[in-house]
Amino acid sequence: MSDPRAQAPLLPFLSASLRRQVLLAYRRPVDTVNPLLFFLLVVTLFPLGIGPDPAQLQKFAPGILWIVALLASLMAAEGMFRSDYDDGSLEQLLLSPQPLYLSSLGYVFAHWLLTGLPLTLVAPLFAVMLQLPAPAIPTLLVSMALGTAVLSLIGSIGAALTVSLKRGGMLISLIIMPFYIPVLIFGSSAVRYATLGNDPLPQLLLIAGMLSLSIALAPFAIAAGLRLSVDAG
Amino acid sequence: MWSFFHKLGSPPWMYRISGSILTWLLPLTLLMLVSGSIWGLLYAPADFRQGNSFRIIYFHVPASVVALAGYYVMASAGAVSLIWKMKMAEVAMKCCAPVGAAFTFLGLLSGAVWGKPTWGTWWVWDARITSMLILFFLYLGVIALYQAFENKTAAAKACAVLSLVGTVNIPIIYKSVDWWYSLHQPATIKFTEESTMDSAMLQPLLLMIVAFYCLFACSLLLNMRGELLRQGARTNWVRELVSGGKVEKSTRGEPDVL
Amino acid sequence: MYFDSVGAALAMDGHGVYVWFIVIVSWALIGSLLVLPILSGRRFLLQQQGLLRREQRAADTAAQREQSQQQQQQSGQEEGHAPGS
Repeated sequence: MSDPRAQAPLLPFLSASLRRQVLLAYRRPVDTVNPLLFFLLVVTLFPLGIGPDPAQLQKFAPGILWIVALLASLMAAEGMFRSDYDDGSLEQLLLSPQPLYLSSLGYVFAHWLLTGLPLTLVAPLFAVMLQLPAPAIPTLLVSMALGTAVLSLIGSIGAALTVSLKRGGMLISLIIMPFYIPVLIFGSSAVRYATLGNDPLPQLLLIAGMLSLSIALAPFAIAAGLRLSVDAG
Repeated sequence: MWSFFHKLGSPPWMYRISGSILTWLLPLTLLMLVSGSIWGLLYAPADFRQGNSFRIIYFHVPASVVALAGYYVMASAGAVSLIWKMKMAEVAMKCCAPVGAAFTFLGLLSGAVWGKPTWGTWWVWDARITSMLILFFLYLGVIALYQAFENKTAAAKACAVLSLVGTVNIPIIYKSVDWWYSLHQPATIKFTEESTMDSAMLQPLLLMIVAFYCLFACSLLLNMRGELLRQGARTNWVRELVSGGKVEKSTRGEPDVL
Repeated sequence: MYFDSVGAALAMDGHGVYVWFIVIVSWALIGSLLVLPILSGRRFLLQQQGLLRREQRAADTAAQREQSQQQQQQSGQEEGHAPGS
């Protein structure tokens, strides 16, 4: 007797789910644009706060870029499952035959395509505004591409745990922030190394390692979080 | 053997047994704390480099050690509650959080105050203190997450998941903070050089560490007792207790959960 | 004792303020970690006792009312029986 669950076609489901997420985001561009605007605004604030001296800005640029990307990621993670929770599609997802582990991964991947990836692509522009030297830009791109993916995965755990709460707000920041710290440390360090002309490969490899670990383990936590949130609501 | 686990899940049994444990554990803990404090503060030799301010170690290190261990206790209780769906484990996990947070706070405060006479500043972003600050956030996150849920079953599950995620991340966080600190401050002198500590200084420290572990256990049991009472407000055993009777021995035929 | 006098122990070569501050805070924390749960448990038991007493009183008055109602019914029935129905 073959298990109907095993027969459920996975790839079409994931691609359909991905297409749905992208379509929804396209219909509501504000969700995608908000984190980018936030990035721009805060990057503008830093020179105004610490002074326009290029040498000083250059020294702080890796940290500033990474911190702001982190905050923008946090902002984007918050509402990740909310609309689907509110209209019941999340419950449908839980009832579907596809393993929740993989559906969660699909969700996070779509989320990263719509938040982390745009942040990464836009970062070089802000890097220039903060006087980051050109040789460091490729490192910035790689570290952000990998790092924002980790941030998306971790942020989704927080989003899954808090989706049923009415006033999530600061809560997701509090519970997720500690887990963001290693990514911040190695991400900004990689860019700083590149700025000084050193090889940032160890840091990038570490971020890649964190990414692998997150891809493997985070969906368990996300699935558990989604289940308990749907049961609680 | 399984009857032990069955009993472990029974609130009146836990209430009774924790009461009997506390009758000897509590005085023992206080004795160790008092003697350890007096020994360390007044009888142990001073550090030749730091002088007498190093005596803060007798509170700082035990608090920090127990703070970290407490998180693992909390996460283990969370894991047990998820895997075996034990209500008692949920209660244990919920009670660990504020106790652990208190120890972390003491570790942070003592670390900061220690820094003033030793390094001249109230706060130093060294690896240990920074890691402890992050641990404090981890505890606060669990506490806040529990409070945020109205449905307490969901709250316990969410906190269990969060504690487990924290468990996986703590080694990563500690290692990255270590690395981050070594990167920016090559010439570091640790606050405590345990490897070169004189035994006269080490012995009271070990006593205080054991004492703090026992203190954690006492506080955890006391908090669990209170929580078991609150959760079982409508059950027979609590009603008996309220009307002045003692918690009865028989737990088999009794509805411990309503 | 390591120190020559109580005064020396309090001063600790200038570090006394810091050390004793932490000692006081630590002991305050130890105290609250042990005392607060006990107090809250005791408060809960007292609260529940009050609740129980109130429930008992309400049950007693309800029982009394039922009893007097029954008595009234009985006497009413006796009166009703006499003329026959």
